[in-house]
Amino acid sequence: MTRARGGIFTIAHLTLYEALRRRILLAALLAGAAFLVLYGIGLVAMVRDLGGDPKITLIEKRVALNMLTLAGLYAANLLVILMAVLLPVDTLSGEIGSGVIQTVAVRPIRRRDIVLGKWLGHWVVLSSYLALLFGGVLALSALIGRFTPPGLEIGLPLVFLEATVYLTISIAGGARLGTVTNGMLAFGLFGLAFIANWMEQIGTMLGNDAAQQIGTVVSLLIPGEAIWQMAASQMQPPILRELGNSPFSPFSVASPAMIWWAAGYIVVVLAFGLRSFQRRAL
Amino acid sequence: MPDFVIEAQGLRKEFGAKTAVRDLSLAVRRGEVFGFLGPNGAGKTTAVKMLLGLVSPTSGSARVLGAPLGDRAARARLGFLPEHFRFQEWLTGRELLRFHARLLGLPRRDSAPRIEALLSRVDLLDAANRPIRTYSKGMMQRIGLAQALLGDPELVFLDEPTSGLDPIGRLLVRDVIHERRTRGTAVFLNSHLLGEVEATCDRVTFVKAGATVHELSLHDAGETVEVEIRAGSLPDDVRAAIVSMGRVVDGARVATPGAGAAPAIERLRLVVADESRVPEIARAIVGRGVPLYEIKIARKSLEAWFLDVMGDEGRPG
Repeated sequence: MTRARGGIFTIAHLTLYEALRRRILLAALLAGAAFLVLYGIGLVAMVRDLGGDPKITLIEKRVALNMLTLAGLYAANLLVILMAVLLPVDTLSGEIGSGVIQTVAVRPIRRRDIVLGKWLGHWVVLSSYLALLFGGVLALSALIGRFTPPGLEIGLPLVFLEATVYLTISIAGGARLGTVTNGMLAFGLFGLAFIANWMEQIGTMLGNDAAQQIGTVVSLLIPGEAIWQMAASQMQPPILRELGNSPFSPFSVASPAMIWWAAGYIVVVLAFGLRSFQRRAL
Repeated sequence: MPDFVIEAQGLRKEFGAKTAVRDLSLAVRRGEVFGFLGPNGAGKTTAVKMLLGLVSPTSGSARVLGAPLGDRAARARLGFLPEHFRFQEWLTGRELLRFHARLLGLPRRDSAPRIEALLSRVDLLDAANRPIRTYSKGMMQRIGLAQALLGDPELVFLDEPTSGLDPIGRLLVRDVIHERRTRGTAVFLNSHLLGEVEATCDRVTFVKAGATVHELSLHDAGETVEVEIRAGSLPDDVRAAIVSMGRVVDGARVATPGAGAAPAIERLRLVVADESRVPEIARAIVGRGVPLYEIKIARKSLEAWFLDVMGDEGRPG
């Protein structure tokens, strides 16, 4: 192994270790566990109601379970986004501010390897968290409701892509901005995408081109929410999608080109972060 | 192998409209302990950061260990203890050194005994498995010192290495610096404690308002020799001969108090070119039968130099 690659893995290793030692991951895990318990209790109650009512058809039951599962995944997704932004929000800015980065940066390691190592380490932590939460929701649905949503093989990778978008924004922002500014920017962008997506959905429903276009433009600016909508639409049967009567059944789904856009977006944002960190006075 | 571990010419750093370093020009020799002195806000820390490649200069040129600033291979041969030293506080002392050994690319079989030896040297073996956040300020400074020396560097930058240390800790740092010097490591010492600099450094440079203004050797006396003479009344020709050897700082003819009709005693202070003048002066006095009560070399203290060089800048920063 060359020293350069060794540098990335050394930083990634330290980042993983740091996540395990710090309280933020513990807090996130507790929040996730509390959420899964709540979801499980809610699911048990709903399944009891659904099973006890003879007027509910099997199809209706499946639609209801799918909506419930999507609601669970939606909440899990919000927790994952929170984690994607908060976990690495101070990893660069904090260490630059405190001077911790100085003794690391004078070692024979490329500056870009510091950023890439931190990105990699946080990505592993975030992916584990995502797998745990989404796995938990899906496992509870399968165990309690005997239901597994369709399209997971496409939907789940899309969720990973979405989480990676927010993670990358948070890390790259920290190469240039202070911790608070960076956190506000990342959450601001998330909020913007969230609102714009709903504008797009409602605009599509009402046939309002302007609202729809604003949504599309914002999705290009920050492709996280659009990717989530694509994932959600994959993880439900066509009938639920067509009905469009749940908040998790988008009226307007971005074209598959959005996946490439998001992948390219991650690369460009990360490159921007690398460049900022390269030039930064430490 | 170059003779200089640091050569800098006209390094300048501007942050927006503010000029942190105006003109940094210095040369540090291999194996010497070099003191970097100046009041707060003189640009010392920015200067060190430029030399380490943490901050890129706006203009000027420099080579560290024969390589351009920030060169990766050269950085493997450097050590650095920053001021206000902070580390990943959730690591234990031993873990911190292991992490830095990995960053240095040291194979584990080489780094493990070196880490233990350093922990023992800075007297932290007992605390090595405790998180750094539980360390006292002095312990943090000592683990920082161990970290700086981990790569067996050819050049080590120590920024205020004794801040927060008790007298025993300071002595330890001084001993470690001496040990490194005998092994040929050059030490770049940034310290406010002039007494400490005086005790450890071979040479110092003064930084004033972002520029290196004066360099001083602390071993080879050079122009810094000041001779103080107390003798009987000097005949004019003897006096003229002595005065011609240097520059008189102070000359007074005084009587010994309470000695009745004792002969006048002269006190003379003069700055001479080098130490070899001292026996010449003594010969000139004794050769003419004038009693010589005292002749001594009074070296100007570093503090006096500091205040002289800084002038108005010497005010508390």
